Amino acid sequence: MNRRIERHRNILDFAISSLLRRKGKNLSLLAVYAFIVFIIASIVFFTQALKREATLLLEGAPDLVVQRMVAGRHDPIPITYGDKIAAIRGVSAVSPRLWGYYYDPFTGANFTLVASDDDPPAKESIYIGSGVARIMRLTTGVHWSLRGAKGTPAVFSVQKILPGNSELVASDLIQIREDDFRALFDFPLGRATDLAVVVGNKVEVPTIAAKISRQFPDTRPILKSEMLRTYDSVFDWRGGMVLVILSVAVLSFVLFAWDKATALSAEERKEIGILKSIGWETGDVLLLKSFEGMVISLTAYLVGVSVAYLHVFFFSASLFEHALKGWSVLYPRFGLTPVIDPYQLCVLFFLTVGPYTVATIVPSWLAATVDPDAAMRS
Amino acid sequence: MILHPAVLALLTGALLTCLMMLYAGWYGVRILRNWDLQSGSELQLELEKRTYLISTLISYALAFELVSLFLFVYTADRLHLLFTGAMCAAGTLNAHGFGYPLLLLKIVDFLLAGVWLIVNHADNMGHDYPLIRIKYAGLVAIAPLSLFEFYYLYRYFSGLHADVITSCCGSLFSVDRPGISGDLASLPSAPMLIVFYAVMTATLLSGAFYYRKGRGGYLFSALGCAAFVVGLASIVSVVSLYIYEIPTHHCPFDILQKEYGYIGYPMYASQFGAAVAALGVGVLTPFRSHGSMSRVIPAFTRRLTAIALILYLLFTLIVSYKIVFSPFRLGG
Repeated sequence: MNRRIERHRNILDFAISSLLRRKGKNLSLLAVYAFIVFIIASIVFFTQALKREATLLLEGAPDLVVQRMVAGRHDPIPITYGDKIAAIRGVSAVSPRLWGYYYDPFTGANFTLVASDDDPPAKESIYIGSGVARIMRLTTGVHWSLRGAKGTPAVFSVQKILPGNSELVASDLIQIREDDFRALFDFPLGRATDLAVVVGNKVEVPTIAAKISRQFPDTRPILKSEMLRTYDSVFDWRGGMVLVILSVAVLSFVLFAWDKATALSAEERKEIGILKSIGWETGDVLLLKSFEGMVISLTAYLVGVSVAYLHVFFFSASLFEHALKGWSVLYPRFGLTPVIDPYQLCVLFFLTVGPYTVATIVPSWLAATVDPDAAMRS
Repeated sequence: MILHPAVLALLTGALLTCLMMLYAGWYGVRILRNWDLQSGSELQLELEKRTYLISTLISYALAFELVSLFLFVYTADRLHLLFTGAMCAAGTLNAHGFGYPLLLLKIVDFLLAGVWLIVNHADNMGHDYPLIRIKYAGLVAIAPLSLFEFYYLYRYFSGLHADVITSCCGSLFSVDRPGISGDLASLPSAPMLIVFYAVMTATLLSGAFYYRKGRGGYLFSALGCAAFVVGLASIVSVVSLYIYEIPTHHCPFDILQKEYGYIGYPMYASQFGAAVAALGVGVLTPFRSHGSMSRVIPAFTRRLTAIALILYLLFTLIVSYKIVFSPFRLGG
């Protein structure tokens, strides 16, 4: 057993020293390889981190949201629906929600207005998210005029700026009192934007959703799990699309690797010839070649993954963020929580090291089976 | 089609494996037709050189099979979020008709490729290529399976659409559902436990006997295969109950999840490894007096037996640990 380990160790030593002897060729290969790993790893890390953020965000969402539909469009829902929904067995609570969007023509940004019952601001005052404060250059105590539904301006004083750690949720948020909200948008009394339903037993959510849509055919219940699923598939789809586009790059890299591996210099051929004539077997040379490949692959993989990690979690994936995050005038500034998932690393290994390894098998074999006399004579 | 990065990785890997296996299979046919060790013709020398390439290709293909089997199940498990009603890999696999056949095909491919590598290893230890024809006949038989696997994988993932309503694992593996999964679950738990320990004990004893005396290879191999099937069946019918601590939950995939400490991975890995080794013993035993193999095979099969014994022992210990230390108890 020890002798076998010793043999492998010696061949590995030889592989590393022979790689170092051809620095130029191998470094160029390593650079391209690591770059490919870097791009793919950035995409995978970034989409995963976004999915994670979305999941964490939605944890606080209600189990079920009921919207009213009129002619296929979202319409304010009568609050009386809420009382009937609350009577369905299994429903713990129903609360009407008032929210909407406010378009600001000067900055071109859309703000989210929410009327909240708990800890509401004072009359004619608002709380604003840090993104709103940034783009409108507002500070606490400043007055801000919003254009009401009837064209008249409504002046609000900024009572509080919401803390930065809630940036992803609250960046574009304006929190307002319910009566101010109704007055600003001329929102009909007795109606709400939608109803948030809390269900005691989570397993019963689909059944309750089915009951609601039977009892109120003009409504659309949206499950929290459906929202999660949608986010998941959207981010996966985006990441996958970019990967598919990048597959051309991977393919050209594979061709490049194939070419590098096939183009043995006269010196390398002679080296293999000498090795074989001093007693190395074809199997040994094959092992040598596969060790060379492994050293290159693992180095490129580690470098690529580490740089991608820094890129995504410390530099906010500046290269791909627009393709993957989506776009908006008022985009929340947020740092992604650094996470490393062994599963993602395994997927990355498959996507990058797999094609490279397969591309180099045949060239390695061609090199290993060369006849010693022919190799030395060439 | 779900464009998940892992799906792309699996498809790329399966395509590469398929290409490697078909290439190897093509040369397998040539070797079967033209192999003549006595001849010094150029073709024979060329074929002898090719054998190195083919064993390298198949080694990589097997390594892929090994990792991809787990990656596939894990991906299926991850994707369950996309399907209403799916709670784990059971639901995802059920979301499309190709799911379970694909899983079965992957398991079979894995076992066959493992046995092929064992035969290849034994053959390489002999100096006169004693098993070459058997080996390449086997390869020609296995190669098309990888093509099927790629086709099934493609059909499965391209047929998956998020939101398809599937039954969750709770209803799929419940006792009153017909079909293979229901049948496994409805095996009575307590007798299954007795069968499990009986088969494992018989396997371990026959393995120990073969290891010491060098006789009874077929018996050990047959018992080893039986232990694999019984092991899988008992995970579904009884072991899962102890792990989940619920008398009605029989899912064989949930044990791969984080909530259960990924306990499924060592369980399945030890079982699959042991099954490959035990199968290898059975396949090699007929050739134990075949030319130069008479010096190689007895020692090699004993080593394989030792590996299978250690792995099955490990599997039995994990299962026993779960049964003994679980607060769950089967009532009479």
